[in-house]
Amino acid sequence: MCATCGCSADAGVRVTMLERSRAGTGSSDHEHDHGHDHGNHGHDHGDHGHDHDHGHDHGGHEHAHGPTTTVVSLEVDLLAKNDELAQRNRSWLAEHDVVALNLMSSPGAGKTTLLERTIRDLGAELPCSVLEGDQETLLDAERIGATGARVVQINTGAGCHLDADMVADGLRVLAPEQGSLLFVENVGNLVCPALFDLGEGARVVIMSVTEGADKPLKYPHMFRTADLMLVNKIDLLPYVDFDVTRCVEYARRAKPDVPVIEVSATRGDGLSTWYDWLRARVGAS
Amino acid sequence: MHELSITQSVVTAITQRMGDVPVRRVRLEIGRLSGLVPDSVRFCFELVTAGTSCEGALLEIDEPAGRAHCRTCDADFDTTEVLPLCDCGSADVATLGGTELRIKEVEVTETCVPPADVRPTPGSG
Repeated sequence: MCATCGCSADAGVRVTMLERSRAGTGSSDHEHDHGHDHGNHGHDHGDHGHDHDHGHDHGGHEHAHGPTTTVVSLEVDLLAKNDELAQRNRSWLAEHDVVALNLMSSPGAGKTTLLERTIRDLGAELPCSVLEGDQETLLDAERIGATGARVVQINTGAGCHLDADMVADGLRVLAPEQGSLLFVENVGNLVCPALFDLGEGARVVIMSVTEGADKPLKYPHMFRTADLMLVNKIDLLPYVDFDVTRCVEYARRAKPDVPVIEVSATRGDGLSTWYDWLRARVGAS
Repeated sequence: MHELSITQSVVTAITQRMGDVPVRRVRLEIGRLSGLVPDSVRFCFELVTAGTSCEGALLEIDEPAGRAHCRTCDADFDTTEVLPLCDCGSADVATLGGTELRIKEVEVTETCVPPADVRPTPGSG
């Protein structure tokens, strides 16, 4: 592991299909030709002892060094590569009539609990599958697998977010069935996932009432791209100081008119409205 | 630390387009409202360029300021906020600038044969 930033040369991204829901890996009947080369992801920190000469004097504009140079205008979007892969995911999902939702929140907002409950309540009506994103462990995939849904765990290692490339790998292994609902549970993080399009049909940001109501203002990049905000754990409202009205007002400063559903994934409040929203997404696809 | 993977993709994009030609300078545009921290990109750049044709390249980052337009009173104004409020009190504000995230240009040694889709301009080396 790189001692400076914590990134690791060998603990790259791992995609794991849970045995109970589907044996083996990669029996996908579709051909994503993503062609990405994972070999290069683990940029070689091995001999990278941070002994660079920080004093390199490129800034001095000394014109004596070697051959003349050419300035080439590129004008490439920094996120172009991810966006291109996301677009491929989106096309594949559309061809297979799969509605994909990117679920994002801080850690502990209740994403996995909400998914367990949703799949148990809705699975018979709407086939569901899940891509689970976490830095480490298969714990969440095991919880989802226990509901009977197909699930693939994506462990990002040092990574703090899912990107379109990881989702493409996950899709290849998961092979969600035609006409199904795909939940992509992003790594719990309100910052980094915001910038990465995964090819999803909609973004759902989940807050819980044990957090601060001002989070939409503090993490505007996340909330400004939300297609839906869920406020979870409302069964705890009597015990916490959380102003739902203020939170919704802040969320709508980030994203005017964003729909908000108050839910309790454990007690069941508001879930019928959430399921109606999901049915509408599937119906509209 | 999403800057790490984004900086990695910058270097990949440059090496894919420019081949093995040594890159002397890279100029990026990272708007002040873009959600990317330039200092983190500088830090990551040194890490991810090691062993690539961008190793040792000078990294220049332009940081365009945030610019916004109020839909309520029609005023244009500078802002440092991702969710700006207009002086008139309105939050119905469109962001006009500051969200840029682009690789503007690279400076390479002259032996390079630029790909067909890029425009060479006179060198400053």
